[in-house]
Amino acid sequence: MSKYYLDYLEQLESEAIHIMREVAGQFEKPALLFSGGKDSITLVRLAEKAFRPGKFPFPLVHIDTGHNFREALDYRDNMVKQMGEKLIVRYVEDTIKEKKLAEPKGKFASRNALQTYTLLDTIEEFGFDACIGGARRDEEKARAKERIFSVRDEFGSWDPKLQRPELWNIYNGKIHKGENVRCFPISNWTELDVWNYIKKENIPLPSIYFAHERECVVTNQNQLIAVSDFIQIEPSDKIVKKKVRYRTVGDMTCTAAVESDASTIDDIVKEIAISRLSERGETRIDDQVSEAAMEDRKKGGYF
Amino acid sequence: MDILRFITAGSVDDGKSTLIGRLLYDSKSILADQLAAIEKQSKNKDKGEIDLAILTDGLRAEREQGITIDVAYKYFSTPKRKFIIADAPGHIQYTRNMVTGASNSDLVVILIDARKGVIEQTKRHSIIASLLALPHVVVAINKMDLVNYDEKVYNQIVTDYKNIQEQLGIKNPRFIPISALSGENIVDPSANMKWYKGGTLITILENVELKNDINLTDARFPVQYVIRPQTDDLHDYRGYAGKLTSGILKVGDKISVLPAGHKSTIKLIEKDGKPVDEAFAPQSVIVHLADEIDISRGDVIVREGNEPTVTQDIEVLLCWMDAKAMEVGSKYLIQHNNKQIRCAVKGIEYKLDVNTLEKQTSVAAAQLNDVCKVTLKTARPIAVDSYAKLRTNGGAVLIDETSYVTVGACIIQ
Repeated sequence: MSKYYLDYLEQLESEAIHIMREVAGQFEKPALLFSGGKDSITLVRLAEKAFRPGKFPFPLVHIDTGHNFREALDYRDNMVKQMGEKLIVRYVEDTIKEKKLAEPKGKFASRNALQTYTLLDTIEEFGFDACIGGARRDEEKARAKERIFSVRDEFGSWDPKLQRPELWNIYNGKIHKGENVRCFPISNWTELDVWNYIKKENIPLPSIYFAHERECVVTNQNQLIAVSDFIQIEPSDKIVKKKVRYRTVGDMTCTAAVESDASTIDDIVKEIAISRLSERGETRIDDQVSEAAMEDRKKGGYF
Repeated sequence: MDILRFITAGSVDDGKSTLIGRLLYDSKSILADQLAAIEKQSKNKDKGEIDLAILTDGLRAEREQGITIDVAYKYFSTPKRKFIIADAPGHIQYTRNMVTGASNSDLVVILIDARKGVIEQTKRHSIIASLLALPHVVVAINKMDLVNYDEKVYNQIVTDYKNIQEQLGIKNPRFIPISALSGENIVDPSANMKWYKGGTLITILENVELKNDINLTDARFPVQYVIRPQTDDLHDYRGYAGKLTSGILKVGDKISVLPAGHKSTIKLIEKDGKPVDEAFAPQSVIVHLADEIDISRGDVIVREGNEPTVTQDIEVLLCWMDAKAMEVGSKYLIQHNNKQIRCAVKGIEYKLDVNTLEKQTSVAAAQLNDVCKVTLKTARPIAVDSYAKLRTNGGAVLIDETSYVTVGACIIQ
């Protein structure tokens, strides 16, 4: 093998660093949306590679639904303290009170849609012109069609039919006042690529990604939702104690755990490689509402 | 393991989406829940047939109208390679999408319907692949099941294509007879076409040699961002961050910074925070120079003696991508790598018919999907290579000055 050879992870890494630096170079007030999940943790590592020994040219922004896993929040706070980067947290709870929003009903209701309001308010509050996010095109079919630089109007809306052609490695981030761009450096990564990268880079993760004992409610679709203060337990509920881990980190109310013994990154990579279910299909209750659930949310300003 | 990026080109009924669905399905990249969703939507689900084309139809309008309106990206891997597919629509009004998808691809799979043979769209797709200098071309003759797997039909199409390939600008295409619908010669060999001795489509995709496609001769390092921590311990730190789009840079290399032409020497190269002796394309690194010279985003660092052309007058083949026509005299922003400057259209030399390669002169405007040879004047000098010489430094886009929409793709001559 020639010494001038990059393997697929190195190629993906370099592409992502290039995109991050384009964001830094093109925008006045960018932000990195950080959720505490593995994809945004990967983004943080890529930002370190792109900008160290300098500081990040953007703050980390967390839109807190109030239904987070404690472990993910602890990880977030710890990470930010160690890195010395700026973290901005805005709460969906506050938006609900301020705007008197109706909370979605139902036991495993998701605040995912409400998150959009808080996100748009936060963008306005700080005047962010670009938001870096960890969305991947392999996640979902509407995402498969979105550009790496995705221009959103004042309302945060995505218009799939009016996307700018994106050619070569040229990213056109020119926008009018009030518009903003969502930038997706790991668009071309798959779930397995992310895990392989985490393994290669030895990136620490919140503990909920690894197998642990947990009390869960069994849903009608046989999914496992953690017992927490956010869910009202009824006598008819079937509660089980299982060894589980999380494949994605979302709200405690609508993110399902998977049964697993995987306690190391190696185990997880093996498990994902042979999994017969997609990440969102297996773990996100909110994506299963309709065929176009994600498309509709994106049009409404969601990531 | 490396990455192959490819595009599939075919007209509406050539079975392009079915082919992609088949590649994903047979390489076991479709997961059980995704399959369940497809089965639910398949028209002939009662007969046990699933419609693999549904996999690539992402948006509601596409599902409703049964068409593909934009480039969709799909991912799969085999133990040998990671694959990124750009699925670009084939209808005529969406030529811009094929240009977009092809711009980042290493290979194109051109689909031909065995019943129809080489038609106008085959030529158009080949010409676009040639204009965008895709290094590898596979011509897949699909729907062989509908012509009784007849070797003669296949051979005739191969001959027809070979007769015009030179004229279309296609070098060394590979040919393969397939049936995407029944999954023959895609991942599994066909029992009905034993006369075909070549490999399946997936073996071709897995084994195409990619390492020669990266240019390691002409170093081009567009500066994206200047890193200046300005802290007490890093007071004098000044690093130029960017991605080497081609070539190799070594510590000690004498360099020029273009377009200004300042000279210096590379003092240090950093990757992942550590010093390295050299960097090569397509790595992202930080470069430090021996002299304090004025460098900012948009400048390009190159090796002295191997320099791109610094000019304000550029000739391009322009693929027009906007509904609003481009007229001679109009002004735009041109973005080349990460540099954006104003430019004006000085003249249209000819319009190229992408179906026939005929050149039409005396053209006053370029309409959506037109390809024209155009001269541009930029407001300040830019450092460019011809696309034919260096694909990674020979492409640019035009941006509308008021809407900021990307309206044209420039292939620099």
